[in-house]
Amino acid sequence: MADVRLPSTLAPLFPGLPRQLDVQAATVSDVIDHLEREWPGIRDRLCEPGPTLRRHIHVYVNSERAKIDTPLAKQSRVDVIAAISGG
Amino acid sequence: MPRTLLLIGTRKGAFFLETNDRKTWELRGPFCEGWPVYHVIHDPKSGAVYAAAASEWHGQAVWRSTDLGESWTHSSEGIAYDADSGREISKVSTLAVGDGRLLVGVEAPGIFESRDEGQTWSLLSTLAGEPGSDKWDDPSNQPPGHLGISALMFDRDDADRFWAIVQGVGLFETTDYAQSWTPRNRGLRADWPREHEEVGFCVHKLVRSPVDDNRMYQQNHVGMHRSDDAGQTWTEITEGLPTEFGFAAATHPQDRDAFYVIPLDPGHGRTMPEGHAAVWRTRDAGSSWQRLDSGLPQRDAHVGVLREAMAVDSEDVPGLYFGTSTGQVFASTDEGDTWAQIADYLPPISSIEVAAIE
Repeated sequence: MADVRLPSTLAPLFPGLPRQLDVQAATVSDVIDHLEREWPGIRDRLCEPGPTLRRHIHVYVNSERAKIDTPLAKQSRVDVIAAISGG
Repeated sequence: MPRTLLLIGTRKGAFFLETNDRKTWELRGPFCEGWPVYHVIHDPKSGAVYAAAASEWHGQAVWRSTDLGESWTHSSEGIAYDADSGREISKVSTLAVGDGRLLVGVEAPGIFESRDEGQTWSLLSTLAGEPGSDKWDDPSNQPPGHLGISALMFDRDDADRFWAIVQGVGLFETTDYAQSWTPRNRGLRADWPREHEEVGFCVHKLVRSPVDDNRMYQQNHVGMHRSDDAGQTWTEITEGLPTEFGFAAATHPQDRDAFYVIPLDPGHGRTMPEGHAAVWRTRDAGSSWQRLDSGLPQRDAHVGVLREAMAVDSEDVPGLYFGTSTGQVFASTDEGDTWAQIADYLPPISSIEVAAIE
């Protein structure tokens, strides 16, 4: 079960979306699939066509920078970060 | 008098200014979670408000409120180019609604449509094959702002007919709902080399008289222009204005010959000349111009006004409104003769539209 942490900018966009949740997933892509099933439209907020992660959305698996196909271990922590950008 | 809502898009969300008498105004917002909002419109038929917004982090979406801002949803389902097309969307720039069809213009240049009030979208046109389209995806050919399709305007009666501006390229018209296009730039001026006879013009803002379908005006990068044949040909009417450059423009709701513009310094500053704020009006279709500055700041007002940031209501004595790059909103309820500031300290303003709520 992955321990998934989501950015504060995401929660106001999807009613009921928590900042932290546990997800059964084998890859980062599986995490996003799970989120999309529960909160339709959330994939577009995290991914561009491809799909690839949006340029300013960074994902870390156990503190290591990850890509959308990065595999998860049984107890992975997944941090989704809205990178510092803009002004 | 109906309730009047000014729908304001800013760099940090959308705001509403609301009034029952055009004297006292109440500000509501920010909406859309502080995303940069490029354009906010009202569909008088359904009552819905739509906002085109693009977040640095979370991408582009069209926001929708069916209760005048009390609650909002957002969707970009279908607003995407195929991953293998090589084209990407950086922002949703402009909106138009007509006869149940909601359009959004995007960058890289393309138009998406929704038939379900913004819940889902599909690609309508990229104007592929039009002169200039072979190069307008190249970032080195794109003007600052990267708006792509910078404006869309439906015909009032024929939902298959509308106009689209490709930023830095020109104006195009379709009469068969984007199955085919015709460049509408004949008579425009360009002070730079052009590869194609029909395009290569920098159309900033297109407006059409509500009382004469053939009468259009446009603020161009170089000059003000008027058309008396619905955009088929253009005549320059810059003489009498302090500069040839500007973005915003508005037509009088009852007088086909009355038209408003806000000339700006054409350099990189793009603010009102010499720090003196003024709107300029013609009442003779551009033969002469009057400076309107009563009530506007006349010193150290280095403010700009963007292409969608001036609007006019349709009252018997029409009200005009414009929003600035420094977050002020000014209003006139006497056809521009006098002005009053009705909001301040907003984020930089991208757009203002008027909604009359019965």
